[in-house]
Amino acid sequence: METVKLRGGSPLYDKIFKIGAAIAATYVLAIIVLIVVQLVTNSYQIWAQEGISFLIGSDWNAVEGSESYGAAPYIIGTFVTAGLAMLIGVPLSMGIAMFLSELAPKFLRSILSFIVELLAAIPSIIYGLWGLFVFRTYLLNWVETPLNNAFGGSFWLFSGTPFGLDIFTASVVLAIMIIPTIASISREIMIAVPNSQREAAYMLGATKWEVFKMAVVPYSKSGLVGASILGLGRAVGETMAITMLIGNATGQSAFPSSLFSPGQTLSSIIANEFPEASSGSLHMAALIGCGLILFIIAIVINIVAQLLVSRVLKTHQGAVLV
Amino acid sequence: MKKILLALVFMLVLIMPATMLHASAQTQSYSITGAGSTFVFPLMDTWRVQYNNLHSNIQLNYQSIGSGAGIKLLEQKTVDFAASDAPLQPSEQAKAPGVLTLPESIGGITISYNLPGIDKGLKLTGPVIAQIFMGNITMWNDPAIANLNSGINLPAQKIEIAHRSDGSGTTYAFTDYLSKVYPQWKTVVGQGKTVPWPVGTGGPGNAGVANIVKTTPYACGYVELAYVYQNNMTYAFVQNADGNAFVEPTLDSVAADAAAASTNLPAADGDWSKVSIVNQPGSNSYPISTLTYVMVYKDLSQVSGETQDKSQEVINFLNWIIHDGQQYSSTLLYVPLPNSIVKADEQGIAQIQFGGSTVPEFGPITALVFTIAIISIIAVSAKTGLRLVSKF
Repeated sequence: METVKLRGGSPLYDKIFKIGAAIAATYVLAIIVLIVVQLVTNSYQIWAQEGISFLIGSDWNAVEGSESYGAAPYIIGTFVTAGLAMLIGVPLSMGIAMFLSELAPKFLRSILSFIVELLAAIPSIIYGLWGLFVFRTYLLNWVETPLNNAFGGSFWLFSGTPFGLDIFTASVVLAIMIIPTIASISREIMIAVPNSQREAAYMLGATKWEVFKMAVVPYSKSGLVGASILGLGRAVGETMAITMLIGNATGQSAFPSSLFSPGQTLSSIIANEFPEASSGSLHMAALIGCGLILFIIAIVINIVAQLLVSRVLKTHQGAVLV
Repeated sequence: MKKILLALVFMLVLIMPATMLHASAQTQSYSITGAGSTFVFPLMDTWRVQYNNLHSNIQLNYQSIGSGAGIKLLEQKTVDFAASDAPLQPSEQAKAPGVLTLPESIGGITISYNLPGIDKGLKLTGPVIAQIFMGNITMWNDPAIANLNSGINLPAQKIEIAHRSDGSGTTYAFTDYLSKVYPQWKTVVGQGKTVPWPVGTGGPGNAGVANIVKTTPYACGYVELAYVYQNNMTYAFVQNADGNAFVEPTLDSVAADAAAASTNLPAADGDWSKVSIVNQPGSNSYPISTLTYVMVYKDLSQVSGETQDKSQEVINFLNWIIHDGQQYSSTLLYVPLPNSIVKADEQGIAQIQFGGSTVPEFGPITALVFTIAIISIIAVSAKTGLRLVSKF
């Protein structure tokens, strides 16, 4: 057996290591605390001035002298775009993950997984530009206009004038952006399900679908929820692509009245107006207030995700969180 | 561990003289920093290259982060100058007292449209433009438009309005014009870099609006002159202030408007917040135009890192951009300054001075920090028994 020779004062190294690790851990906490302090102090002005109407109001007037701010349309816009993106993205991602982990032949599996992960690495500005210059036209001519012609008069969801720069386009591109994230994590989780589970189900005479339903899903449920929440996190915070595609309405007209009306999200209004807002003004405070709301939404989403995952864990005793 | 520490100390010892050398070599060369307007960035960048060709010791470092952000840096006194599309508002003046406002270029704003089969030259008046952007005139064949354009067969289509989604000097100038020519605009929408648009879709930047107009039939938006020329877009002729002609937006007609306004401009250290050059008299004056500004402290000594010599270089540079620098404007589709404004700028630049004590230079401070760092490392390691040299 080889002996490890420690040279120098080993208690000192230990101390340095402990202090180093503690500093690294404190760093995370300090950043969060500083963010909260900054957001609250810099947006204090808007809460003092507008109070609750900043949350429920829809005025957005930055003209000096008649300033008035309400973030309700942007809060709703954020939830609507993220929700629609999840509605489109999650089933597709689950399908991709299912195919890659359960059905795909081996050679296809590695190629496709690689491509999915490649998609996750594309910067959002590229998705935004592609959406603006290429995808928008197709969506407008092949989806929005026919839907509007067929149902526009009778069904509010498809009413309005299709323009290509609206909540629908933004949500579809957002869905495309979150699919790789959700799909690649879900695939990892499904692959991590032990083969003994599958074999047991096959032994009972289960078909492929039944194996998936009986063995894979219960075992990996919490992980799949977690993967979706990660996607939701990206959807809520996404800025550049949304700013380019959502049409950037402000005030009353930013309330989404149909799929084909321009909207605005919390992050896009910050991206749009922050650079030209004069420092210390009410306008600046309002935009930082939007940041605070976005921050709170992110925290709530994470807490809900934690609760969901732990509940799933409890109901499936014995399941292992991967 | 020991080896790493040893290497670190060696590195510091090597770096120290190098830093001092570097600092002493730099005494002759300066970096002039500016920040602000994205609109002037192409021109600023040309100036950077051309000025560096003439004076190889001067580097211009201009960050196009938006006019508002540029003014913020000016308030914090971390840049030599800021560039802005809109003048300082009273609240900003209070935070940055003693700032000189120097017009450095002129921009024109066009009403651009996408009407299949109709070329440039649709005739519009100020009140009609205002009503289109307020949503009062919604159809292209509205009598108000048709009466001005008797020869043109206007389609019975809805006007798709495109406007800027980001805060912008272009919006500031456009709403300035509409407030002047159609009083109702001032009460309903108002004037500013960001205004509550009653109708339309917002695109980020001039490029964003231009993209919407180009790709959407029956769209109409306000776009900066250079973008319209570069993208071969169609644009309207707008009635001049005299009311006797519809003027095509060109470099000359925008310059004519600015020249007509130059007699009413305040002094460089005056209050510019009310300055507007829209809708000036003259039969060839295109009415929707705006000045863009360079803003610089009258007493440069309050800017961090400024020295007597460097402030002289800043003054030389500013003098160059309003004289020789203007020759690069028209090729980039910026409007060169008329002589009357150049004269006013000269008087403004003459006021720049450098008062108070000099700020310590970077070199000695760095050397001091490194020396203290090395001494403390040696002291700490001696105390704690982290031996730097192994004992054999």
